[in-house]
Amino acid sequence: MRNLNGKKKKYEKQRRKEEELQRKKAKRRKNREYTIVSYFFVLIFVSLVAYMGYFNIWERDDILSSPYNSRQNQAQDRIVRGSILSADGQTLAYTQTDSEGNETRIYPYGNMFAHVVGYVSNGKNGVEALANSSLMSTHHDYVDRIKNEIVNLKNPGDNVVTTLNTRLQEAAYNALGGYKGAVVVLDPQTGAVLASVSKPDFDPNTIEANWNALANDSANSSLLNRATQGAYPPGSIFKVVMSLAYLREHGTLADFSYDCTGSITQEGHTIPCFDGEVHGQVDFTTAFAQSCNTAFVQMGLDLGAETIQKTAEELLFNKELPISLDYRKSTIDLKKSEGIPFLMQSSIGQGTTLVSPMHMAMITSAIANEGKLMKPYYIDHVENDGGDVIKTTDPSPYKELMSESEAQTLKSLMEEVVNSGTGTQLAGESYSAAGKTGSAEYEDGDGAIRTHSWFIGFSNVEDPDLAVAVIAEGAGTGSRAAVPIAHEIFDAYYYG
Amino acid sequence: MLNIIVELSKYLILIIMLVYTLESFLVFRYEEDYDQRYILGQQLLMILFLDFTAFLVIFLQTEEVKVLYIFGALILYLAIVQALYRALYKTSSILLLNHMCMLLSIGFIMLARLDPDSGLRQMAIAAAATVLAMVIPVMIRKMYFLKKLTWLYAAVGFLMLAVVLVAGSNVNGAKININIGSFAFQPSEFVKIIFVFFTASRLYKKSATFLDHVVTTAVAAAYVLVLVLSRDLGSAVVFFITYVVMLYVATKKPVYLFAGLGSGCLAAVIAYFLFSHVRQRVVAWQDPFSVWDSSGYQILQGLFAIGAGGWFGVGLCQGSPELIPFVQQDYMFAAICEELGGFFAICMILVCMSMFLLVVNISLRIKKRFYKLIALGLGTEYAFQVFLTIGGVSKFIPMTGITLPLVSYGGSSVLATIIMLAIIQGLYILREDEDEEFERQKEKI
Repeated sequence: MRNLNGKKKKYEKQRRKEEELQRKKAKRRKNREYTIVSYFFVLIFVSLVAYMGYFNIWERDDILSSPYNSRQNQAQDRIVRGSILSADGQTLAYTQTDSEGNETRIYPYGNMFAHVVGYVSNGKNGVEALANSSLMSTHHDYVDRIKNEIVNLKNPGDNVVTTLNTRLQEAAYNALGGYKGAVVVLDPQTGAVLASVSKPDFDPNTIEANWNALANDSANSSLLNRATQGAYPPGSIFKVVMSLAYLREHGTLADFSYDCTGSITQEGHTIPCFDGEVHGQVDFTTAFAQSCNTAFVQMGLDLGAETIQKTAEELLFNKELPISLDYRKSTIDLKKSEGIPFLMQSSIGQGTTLVSPMHMAMITSAIANEGKLMKPYYIDHVENDGGDVIKTTDPSPYKELMSESEAQTLKSLMEEVVNSGTGTQLAGESYSAAGKTGSAEYEDGDGAIRTHSWFIGFSNVEDPDLAVAVIAEGAGTGSRAAVPIAHEIFDAYYYG
Repeated sequence: MLNIIVELSKYLILIIMLVYTLESFLVFRYEEDYDQRYILGQQLLMILFLDFTAFLVIFLQTEEVKVLYIFGALILYLAIVQALYRALYKTSSILLLNHMCMLLSIGFIMLARLDPDSGLRQMAIAAAATVLAMVIPVMIRKMYFLKKLTWLYAAVGFLMLAVVLVAGSNVNGAKININIGSFAFQPSEFVKIIFVFFTASRLYKKSATFLDHVVTTAVAAAYVLVLVLSRDLGSAVVFFITYVVMLYVATKKPVYLFAGLGSGCLAAVIAYFLFSHVRQRVVAWQDPFSVWDSSGYQILQGLFAIGAGGWFGVGLCQGSPELIPFVQQDYMFAAICEELGGFFAICMILVCMSMFLLVVNISLRIKKRFYKLIALGLGTEYAFQVFLTIGGVSKFIPMTGITLPLVSYGGSSVLATIIMLAIIQGLYILREDEDEEFERQKEKI
């Protein structure tokens, strides 16, 4: 009996539970529309909040440094803009205040650092834009800062110490001489930008007065930072990309052999070697060192457009680059069915492929640094006016562009260029060097065919110190202008 | 010295706002009436702290006596409106009241900083509107015939919009205002309320047939079309979304929701290709830099302001929000971000969300379907309007040019929003009455 009662109770309990559940279910069903509508709008509000976070974390710096942002810097009334210094302690930009409190931005080196250091009037550019928030913040001595605030005196902004080296910059600037073009020098092991020259240039001290003339001078485009924004056909330095494509396809360069007769013809299109030179039977190393066009055209025909395109994109062609200044992506498009002649041209870096000097310097630095590309950076650290370090940029690897053994193979090829090829001017110094010359033909404004002089390379091959990319517009072959420029930069570094 | 005060006030204001926002959500965790009242009282204190700090900082910097007038009037307003609601409508939602006071306060702080004259004008309108709206809860309770005026609503609302289309004054390419004397009257703000009443009166009957829905939808579509032709895109979208949500909840048919949203997307695409002013806004949204000297200018200035503010803002009177064209009407959110900071702005978004959830909750608990739909419709309008304006200003979505309720400058907008909130208060009180009735009946049984 008791047992039965217990069962009954249990049953009763269960029934009640079920009823409760049913009721809840019914209620939920009844309110389902409300739940959906509420969730929908909560989602909308949350997305607004998330977007605000996204904006402040990711978009804000771009917006603040936008050249269209005419909004006066709020801190301007309270802070004197900090100075920009070189890695070797020279002042590249500072603010001078006269007795009436008028501020002038002074650039002691004038034109030499024009593009990379930039300017602050007529929009901001270069490091001035990149480091704007640091320059306009202050970590001045705490007590003194509050004292200044109380008596309404301006506090000194933080100073930005760049990675730029005045000795290298000066050497590069002078070596490029009267040519238009650009020079980029990187430390391949850290990614630090040691020098960055672009010509034609301008004097940032007088930019405000000369603005209209500069902005409208489309013949020279003096304001354009050719180092990062230039767009040049790569010419023979593209053979570095071709070599990597071949290596990846074949696993070795040893099986390569070609008989150079001075020119190669396919579908009625002929490409000669430079100056009609006949290289005869060449292996890969000789073809590369002598920059034998016909060998590389044949190689391109064998590899095919897609393979070359793929390797180029693995080397960051058509890709965003990890650079914090304005730059132009290097572009390559071999896939469009332009036919055999186009592929032949593209194989020797002509065609429609366009690259920036900075990108070429980055590829070079990766080869020098066992395949690893370090993220290029311009700002070494930020310090307050007393020299206390506020924040430091730590070198950071960006990507492994190629394996260590691939880098080693390309390195050997580039060493041979200096030992016996088109770059022998760099041999016989106390330091070792490796590189690749390039002579890129282009049609000038007057319709004449001229040649850009290219060189990419690095010094102290076993433990690389400098990776350079040099381009002198219309200056002739690589060995004529670009190699001597690189030579002077290396000399400046090792001999002072 | 002043710099330090401004700098410190910025963090104090943020902390006050954080506490207020937190309490908006915490209040639901307390079951006991006593605890709830305590938190709600604390919220009121936060509002007063905020006003005091902000107006002090503004006055110290501008030394403009009108700022003090606005502050005095605002405190008086807060005291009276809080006292009246607590005395006359004991069962009204104090949280809703607090939110209204908070958002109005933020608006007045920014107006005092941007343009004290318009601040004073707005204050007069808000005060008059609130007094007027005090009778609304009573009306809601007594006027049973409200749900029978279907076609009166439809006609009056449509006429008001049509008048704007025909005779409205042209402001930046959009016809939104009717000038009566020296007042620029913005009918669409009021039609928003009428439209919800119309839709609710059509949909509340469970016996409504498919044909009924077709007729209702046709009327709603006509409204939206007139608004698009007047180039009042923001209102058009708000009306549309509100209608779809009300239809879906009333019929409980997901197919209406999908069909509605689907046809909405289609209509948007058609509008994009048909109207150049729609295309212009999309371009200005996608890449404002490409049109920086024309249609992208305002957006960019707004973004520069939001960027300048960062997380903590630059402090009241320290930024330059006046660089943004029409900042008081359209870009209040950017000005708030610039001077009070991104965190403060996020808190404000959350307060708006709390307001919406509160209204939905009220709607959920009302038993009479007509009132239920009205609360839902008004809540939806509010929420989507907030989304459109904040999303537009921050370039999350294309700009539609619509005000931030209670915060932006605009007589019609503030008047309509206060009326809207009074209606919701009326419905809330109605709901409390229903509950009491229910309890009594239960006791009888």
